Amino acid sequence: MKFMLLQDYGGVENESVGPMSTWTPEEIEAHIAYQVELNAELAERGELVDAQGLTAPEQAKFVVHDGSGAPVITDGPFPEGKELLAGYRIVDVDSLERALEIAARGSAAPGPGGEAIRQRIEVREVMGIPGGDA
Amino acid sequence: MMRRGEIEGLLRDAAPQALAVLARRCGDFADAEDAIQEAMLEASSQWPARGVPESPVGWLVHVASRRLTDRLRGDSARRRREQLAADQQQQPALGADEISARDDSLALIFMCCHPALTSASAIALTLRAVGGLSTAEIAAAFLVPEATMAQRISRAKQTIKAAGATFAMPVGEEREQRLRPVLRVLYLIFNEGYLSSRGEQLGRPDLAAEAIRLTRALRAALPNDPEVSGLLALMLLNEARRLARTGTGGSLISLADQDRSLWDRELIEEGVELIASCWGRGAIGEYQLQAAIAAAHDQSAGYAETDWREILALYGLLERLSKSPMVGLNRAIAAAMVDGPEAGLALLEPLADSLADHHRLHATRAHLLELAGDQPAAIEEFERAARGTNSLPEQRYLQTQAARLRAARHEDL
Repeated sequence: MKFMLLQDYGGVENESVGPMSTWTPEEIEAHIAYQVELNAELAERGELVDAQGLTAPEQAKFVVHDGSGAPVITDGPFPEGKELLAGYRIVDVDSLERALEIAARGSAAPGPGGEAIRQRIEVREVMGIPGGDA
Repeated sequence: MMRRGEIEGLLRDAAPQALAVLARRCGDFADAEDAIQEAMLEASSQWPARGVPESPVGWLVHVASRRLTDRLRGDSARRRREQLAADQQQQPALGADEISARDDSLALIFMCCHPALTSASAIALTLRAVGGLSTAEIAAAFLVPEATMAQRISRAKQTIKAAGATFAMPVGEEREQRLRPVLRVLYLIFNEGYLSSRGEQLGRPDLAAEAIRLTRALRAALPNDPEVSGLLALMLLNEARRLARTGTGGSLISLADQDRSLWDRELIEEGVELIASCWGRGAIGEYQLQAAIAAAHDQSAGYAETDWREILALYGLLERLSKSPMVGLNRAIAAAMVDGPEAGLALLEPLADSLADHHRLHATRAHLLELAGDQPAAIEEFERAARGTNSLPEQRYLQTQAARLRAARHEDL
């Protein structure tokens, strides 16, 4: 079963954590090292399909088209920027429980003072073959 | 000179046999598997230029043994190395019985479907070690990166090692128990190929065909096991309908609406013969029952002409054997075809607890409510089922059914 674990920019539930621009270089490094290590562990277990971070919401563009004429393209910054996707992991695991476990690990990534930032992770199953027959 | 494709085919047949011989000789399945992979790489670079050796299996065993000996360096491994060298002196060439030993091929598949492995790991290992597929091909089949699949296979081998499994043919009751996960793994491989309508892709193997090939080989080794034959029959009878079960863009077509002229008569004939020949020879199992149901469908001229009484009786038997509540859903549909939709709906009532909010329960109820003429309730159930499914083609099918009923209601008003 494949799951997509999504996190958006505003999903940090630890209220004492400010934006990353206020962290020390060591804190940022520790945060990145934690994510890299988690990815390496998932790869070693044969579970990692993909993991990517996305550019900042300021660089996002919205496209709407009615099929004729010029598409409408909206540039940022957006007031709802915090709701935009920051990054994702796609994992291929044996159960929903394992996907939730990985999400929990991602959520507890360290922030200022090494404290868990409690990032909210959205867990969504990727559509696969119809299950539950056997 | 042989073409590359022919050499690949030859290698795929020879590699599992060579692996079985080497695993038995050196006693370590994981090491043997690594060594055979290296020998295969060497073969695919040497054979096209130098020609195929007289005994491809013997060549692979020879080269892989050398790799294995090379690897067992260091004092701690000296004893093993010496033992291996001594073993090889005793067995300088392969005996004819050693190559064709059917117990070896069985021991190999039992090893790959070891109960200590998860389904996903057993599937990957079986496809590589028994099916002779490359890691890249298996990765493409399951849409994961090659490195991820390589790790999954490597971990599976370590898990088997840690479980203390030895490369030997299980006997008696243990063989019966160990056969169950083997059949399940083969069935899952088949379903992955049969049910996913991702379309043809370069380098993506046809897993349904692969599962049939492996099950044929298993049946050749265990010709008198009725469940092995039942599983093969089930695969053939489903595969026969493959072309008819999807429309343009991979949309699902239900059994009732399939163009039966697209069904593969040869596969149906083979499947029907197979199930008839094993039926009643030994204990009736789940695969035989499912195959018998598939045979009843495949031999019907149309959905209405189907022998629903027989199918209802078979589902009754299957329900007693199987723990899956999904069987109950199919039995309810058969009951509706025999005794009317109300009878089917009544059979769904007791399933509501065990299946809770499962989308299949809603889809089945939707279908029966439509037959009963309760269109508004049917629409609601189709929509609930569409929200619950984890399959895109199934979701589109269910949404289309709901939309079809809504459109019909608008016309009536």
